[in-house]
Parts: sequence; C-alpha cells; structure tokens
Amino acid sequence: MSFTAHDPHEVIAPDHAHDAHGQHGHAKPGFVQRWLMSTNHKDIGTLYITMAVIGGSVGGILSMIMRAQLMYPHNHLVTSGSEWNSIITAHGLLMIFWMVMPALIGGMGNWFVPMMIGAPDMAFPRLNNMSFWFLAAGFVFIMLGLTIGEGTGAGWTLYPPLDNAQYSPGIATDFSLFSLHLAGISSLLGAINFIATILNMRAPGMTMFKMPLFCWSILVTAFLLLLAIPVLAGAVTMLIMDRNFGTSFFEPAGGGDPVLFQHLFWFFGHPEVYIMILPAFGVISHVVSTFSKKPVFGYLGMVYAMVTIGFVGFIVWAHHMFVSGISDDSRVYFEVATLVIAVPTGVKVFSWIATMWGGSIEFKTPMLWAIGFIFLFVIGGATGVVLAQAGLDQELHNDYFLIAHFHYVLSLGAVFAIFAGFYYWIGKMSGHPYPEFWGKVHFWTTFVGVNLTFFPQHFLGLAGMPRRYPDYPDAFAGWNFVSSCGAFLSGASTAVFFYILYRIFSSKETLPANYWGEGATTLEWAVPSPAPHHTFEDVPVIR
Amino acid sequence: MKRASGWLFCAVLLTLAAGHAAFAQSAAPDPLAAADSYVNAPHNWQWWFPAAGSPMQAQIDWLMKYVLWIMAGVVGFVGLLMAYVMIRFNHKANKVPSQLTHNTLVEVIWLVVPTILLAIIIGPSLSLIWYEGDDSNPYMTVTVTGHQWYWEYNYQSVPGLDYTSYMIPDNELQPGQIRRLSVDHPLVLPVGEKIKFDITSSDVLHGFYLPSLGVQKYAIPGSIQNSWTLITKPGTYYGECNQICGLNHDAMPIEIKAVPMADYLAWIKVAQANYTENSLAPNLISSPPPVGQFAELTK
Repeated sequence: MSFTAHDPHEVIAPDHAHDAHGQHGHAKPGFVQRWLMSTNHKDIGTLYITMAVIGGSVGGILSMIMRAQLMYPHNHLVTSGSEWNSIITAHGLLMIFWMVMPALIGGMGNWFVPMMIGAPDMAFPRLNNMSFWFLAAGFVFIMLGLTIGEGTGAGWTLYPPLDNAQYSPGIATDFSLFSLHLAGISSLLGAINFIATILNMRAPGMTMFKMPLFCWSILVTAFLLLLAIPVLAGAVTMLIMDRNFGTSFFEPAGGGDPVLFQHLFWFFGHPEVYIMILPAFGVISHVVSTFSKKPVFGYLGMVYAMVTIGFVGFIVWAHHMFVSGISDDSRVYFEVATLVIAVPTGVKVFSWIATMWGGSIEFKTPMLWAIGFIFLFVIGGATGVVLAQAGLDQELHNDYFLIAHFHYVLSLGAVFAIFAGFYYWIGKMSGHPYPEFWGKVHFWTTFVGVNLTFFPQHFLGLAGMPRRYPDYPDAFAGWNFVSSCGAFLSGASTAVFFYILYRIFSSKETLPANYWGEGATTLEWAVPSPAPHHTFEDVPVIR
Repeated sequence: MKRASGWLFCAVLLTLAAGHAAFAQSAAPDPLAAADSYVNAPHNWQWWFPAAGSPMQAQIDWLMKYVLWIMAGVVGFVGLLMAYVMIRFNHKANKVPSQLTHNTLVEVIWLVVPTILLAIIIGPSLSLIWYEGDDSNPYMTVTVTGHQWYWEYNYQSVPGLDYTSYMIPDNELQPGQIRRLSVDHPLVLPVGEKIKFDITSSDVLHGFYLPSLGVQKYAIPGSIQNSWTLITKPGTYYGECNQICGLNHDAMPIEIKAVPMADYLAWIKVAQANYTENSLAPNLISSPPPVGQFAELTK
C-alpha cells in the first residue's frame, strides 16, 4: 500500500464547478453568522490560526521584553521580580496553548484533516465551534492572569506551594488556572471531534493505512489530548481548591505533597510535548514529500513511529523531576524509558531524509522551513538525549542548557513546522500565492535569529546560569548579549511575516487547484484554491 | 516577611561590625584564608562546565563529554547526509525523481544502530545515577533549608551552629566580592571529606544548585532530600537557587568556603562564638534598593 494510493488522479473528483459563485443555493452568511457562529471546519480553522497569530504576537512581545531585560546584567527594564515572573509564566502558557496548539491542531488540523480524508466537515460542527470559543475565552483569562495585580508568578509549570493562597494571594493566579481549564476543555472537545471524524468519516476507499500522515499525526495527538488533559484538569482543580477552599492536596501541613502536583502536571506535561510536535511531524512529511516529488519513504514505519512516540510519551514523565527527590530506581527507569523515544524519532528523521533521497528537490519556502526543522530538531533531540541522563540532569536541570534544548525542539522545531505548513497551504486557504522572495527572507532571518538566540544558551547553561532569573552574575553577560541580539533579529523577522500576510491578502493573483504540481498528491490538492465553502458536494471515492 | 525595626537593625549591624572586627583581631590567622587562594566562579564567555570541584562533578564532566561526542557524531552524520541529499538530489541535478518508498535493509539499520548507541550510553550513565545517590557514611551532615530568600545552614554535628546566609546586595558589595554570588555568611566545609546535605524548605520550593560540585536537589517543604559532595581542593565555590521561588528568586546564591580540616575545626570555634543565632544576619533583602551602582567585573 504505497502512498500513491491517494494520488488525486485516481480520485473520482467531485464536481467543483460551483467554487467561484453560488454555493448551490446556500445563502452566503453574514459576518457575524460566519465568524461568531461558524460550524464550518475551514472558517473555524481560520479562527484558530488567527488566535495563534494573536497569541504568538503577545507571547513574542513578552519574549522581546525578556531578552531586552537580560541583554545586560543589572538591568531594570522589568521593574520587579514579580513582574518578571508573570511575564515568563504568560510567555510559556501563551506559546503552548495559544500559539503552537491552535496553529497546528485547531488551525491546520481543522482545515486539512476533513479535506484529506474526503469528509464534508468535522463530525461535530457545533462542538468544533464551541472548542474554539472556549479557547478564546481562555485567552481573555490568561491575559487577566498576566495583568491583574502582581500577575501569575509561578512559572508555566505552576508548582505549588509558590502559587498557593499564601504565596500568590492575588486573583490573577486563579484567572491563569481557570484559563488552563478553558484551554483544556477546548482541547478535549477538539480531540473528541478529531477522533470521531477520522475514525468515522473517511471517504470510501480511504482506509486507515491509506490515510495521509498528517491525519495520522492529528489522530495520535487527539488520543494524547484525550488522555492527558483530564490529568491536568485534575491537578489544576486541586490547586484551585487548595487556593480557595482550604483543602491541602499539595500542602505538607495538611498531609499533602508538593511533589504530587509535579507528578500530575508532568503526566500531562510530557505528552503535551508530543501534542505540540507530532502534528509538526505530519506537516513536515507532506512538505518533504511534495518538494522532493516523491512519496513518503517508509509510510508504515512513520505511522508506527508516531504511535510508539505517543505511547512511550506517556510513561516518561518523571524525567522532568530528576532532582525532585525521586528514588535512584525511578531515575534509572525514567532515564531508560526516555532514551527509548530516540529510536522512533530517529526513524522519522531518517525516513524524511530517505524521502528526499533520489528526489528532485525544489527549495521553495515551505521546503526551506522543513529542512531547517529537520536539522534543528535533530540538534534539539541530541541535547534531549543528554538531558535524559539522570546523572547529567543533576547538573543541567533548570539551567539554560534546558532552555536551549526545549526552544530548539519548540521554537526552532514546532514553529518552523508551523511556518512550513503556512507557506505550503496558504494558497489553498486564501487562494493567493505568497511572495516567494519575502518568504525566503523570512526563513533566513528567522533561521539566523533563533540560532543566535538559543545556541549560546547552551553555553550559559553549562556555565551554570539558572532559568527564570531577571538579573544574573556579571560573568554571564557575554552570551546573554549575543542571545538578545539574536532574539531581536527573530523579532524583526516577524515583521517580515506580517508584511507577507499583507501581500497575500492584498494579492489579486489566483492559483490553480494543485499549485505545487506532481509532488502534491493528497486530496486537498484535488479541490480548487481557495477551497470552496463546502469542500465536497459529492463523496469522493479513493480507489 | 518580618522587618527589623530601625534601631534593632542598626544594633544588629553594629553587633555584626563589632563581631567582625573582633573576629579579624582575635583570630590572627583567618581560618577561611585558605579558601581565598582558589575561586571557582563562572567567567565571561565560559562555554563548558566549571572546573570540577568534586569527584561527582568530574564524573558528570566525563559523562557529558562521552554522551555529547556520540550525539555530535549523530548530528554531524545527519547534517552531512542532508547536505549530500540537498546537493545530489537538487532538482537541477536530478530531474527525474525515483519513486522508491521501501528498503527493508536501511529501515532495519536505522532501528538497530541508534539502539546500539543508546546501549553504549546507558552503561556509564546508570552507574553515575547510583554514584550520585550514594550518600552513605558521610563525615558530617549539614541541613540546608531554603527560605524566601536566603539559605539556612545547620551543622548537625556541631550543637548550636545554625546560621543564615544572605546575598550581598548590589549596593553593599566590597572589593573582591562577586555581584549576585557573594553572601554574608558562606557555608564552610572541610575538604577531602564526604559531606551529606539534608535539603528542605520552610516555605516554597527552592533549588540547591552547586554547578562546580555537581550537586542539585529541590528544597521541598515537608520533606528532606539528600545529596552529598566531597570537595577536593580548598577554595571558594558558588551556587544558586535553581527553582523559581518568588520575586527574589535570583537573589539567594550559595557561597561555599572549603578549607583544610584544621582550619575548619578552628572556624567552628569562631563560628560557635560569633553566629549561633539565626537572627544574627540582618534582613539584607529589605535594605534600601540599590541606586545604580555597578559591581566591578571580578574577572
């Protein structure tokens, strides 16, 4: 069962004559009805992507403030430690829940999963709408958590006792905790929707093992969300109870245990890492295959690798807690289990390279982002293997080596995949091409900027600089200055991205259905660009 | 946090100054002088671990190099492979793409080779875990308690020796002190002996982190975490709080003066006489905010 099974030429293409005008008698909805009450997977996907742009912009501005503060030692741009702590907390939560997740899962997942499996829409369109608005409400809450009073100062991991009622008395922390509930409900409903859609609404002939890898990545991600989010919800609920109703789940004085929270948090938090990166893997597979003009190498291996990563991702959580006093035997187990993940991840990386092998590679903007992703993700994975060593983590835990590691897999991994997907699909979503030259400028400025930001942070970590410090010993000044310069270059590259958005939406150019040509073989390339409001009026049949 | 009233604060400062003067005169040979000969502090543009001050850190340093070289090999291999693919299979160089999607042999190789690499790493890595966890038979034990925002050291074998350690605020730095690393009362330890730490906290989580000695453990309220060290060379070693603990998280460093056993025993007598009370150390964090003084770079 090769990947070519869903070549659009083999699809009995439905009639798309209706794309330009009328939608076969469907009245065109007004603005409010279309955007506030939407049940259409593409419109909801667009809303999610808009959310990601907003969340990413706010989180990005916070990171610029952080790097400006850290540019020099003894800096007073951020006026107090509590202000600093609320900035770092909001940066982490915003980037995870309101940037990476809505972009990859809510945005691209909503847009392309139904299209790729030949479904007319998601299984539960109103639930889909509800998912988005829970997330939007959560964004309001997280912003209140950032701005009210002293803000939320416990870091994104929210470890008690620092965020209990005694040490974080303000209501801001409650807003942040409830924002996680809202984002969590949103993700949970979204996950149910994706699972129902993928398992039940595939077009005739679209068997599970003919399904494009992006759909597989979203399916595995949805199961991770389904199992992990309730654990976060439990932990956050107990924290809210401790704060407001006098319980003592995490209070030693009442028989509770702060380390219990860490176990619960990371039982969610480690799968969350894969929730962010698996859809990125899916996107990269499509982009690499398209621009190499080759089917994905080792499709089955790729699927099994994702399922394995998803499963093992659930049983490694305490590698985040190597210095929390867990026993030697636990440290041994969690180290070995963590290292196992390197094997399926290696399968994915080598399969991408094998997909390129023998191809006829065109270096269009999406491909540049994808290649950048693969290489930088490998660097992040290598430092991940280092950090997985419990013995080394005793030295590296919570210092800048860790910060560099997880920004390599997220800021240089997931974000690169988001941009790869954006440039790959924006023509399908908007109907207009992006400016190729500016796309490449965006890639190169970001590539140089983020590497300049995060590579020196490895050195800071090895030298012993702890994370979450607004001021540091003067010996760390040099690399911090370099890192801040890189951050400002990355910030400037975002301006290029906004210019590209402007160019796309002011463009009058139109695109054919399959503007990437022979390499693009999945179903979304069989429908016009932009994809019509109702993708398939007739059920496509995959031979 | 409890604030000393003005006059009490002054009195404490006076006592401290007097004690310090008396200390300087009476103990003609400063028992901590040996620690000044070697200062293990971070330096600008440092890009590797601090020089190992303990066998544990030496082992961490060794394992880090071992793992990092293997991983550098992996990254280098993948990088070269990608470079080759990008040049050789560029659409200008290779107009007709192959449609190859399977090759069982390479798929088996890239399952087996990474597994072997991991097996090579795991052996020494696991022995380091047990080595780090072996805190048996210490010469002495110090209880380290994290507070918002200072450390408290209790020498379990020396009755009454329990004192606090605050960071020197930026505006009170003396020449030779390091901004954000030097403290008023350093932790004093003998060299060449195994020292166990019982680490706990009185309020929120803190992190007891000594990069040059390879020690790190969370300080968790309601429980005691153990770690240990053995300092090989007399000198001054630094560490920091490494778990977010509130608004002065970056202002509770750790300073260790490691001295030969004879000097350590001499210091105990001085210390028992001079700082037996927790409350001796003034609350320096609540002193007036710094007014733009910059500390001199010490290196």
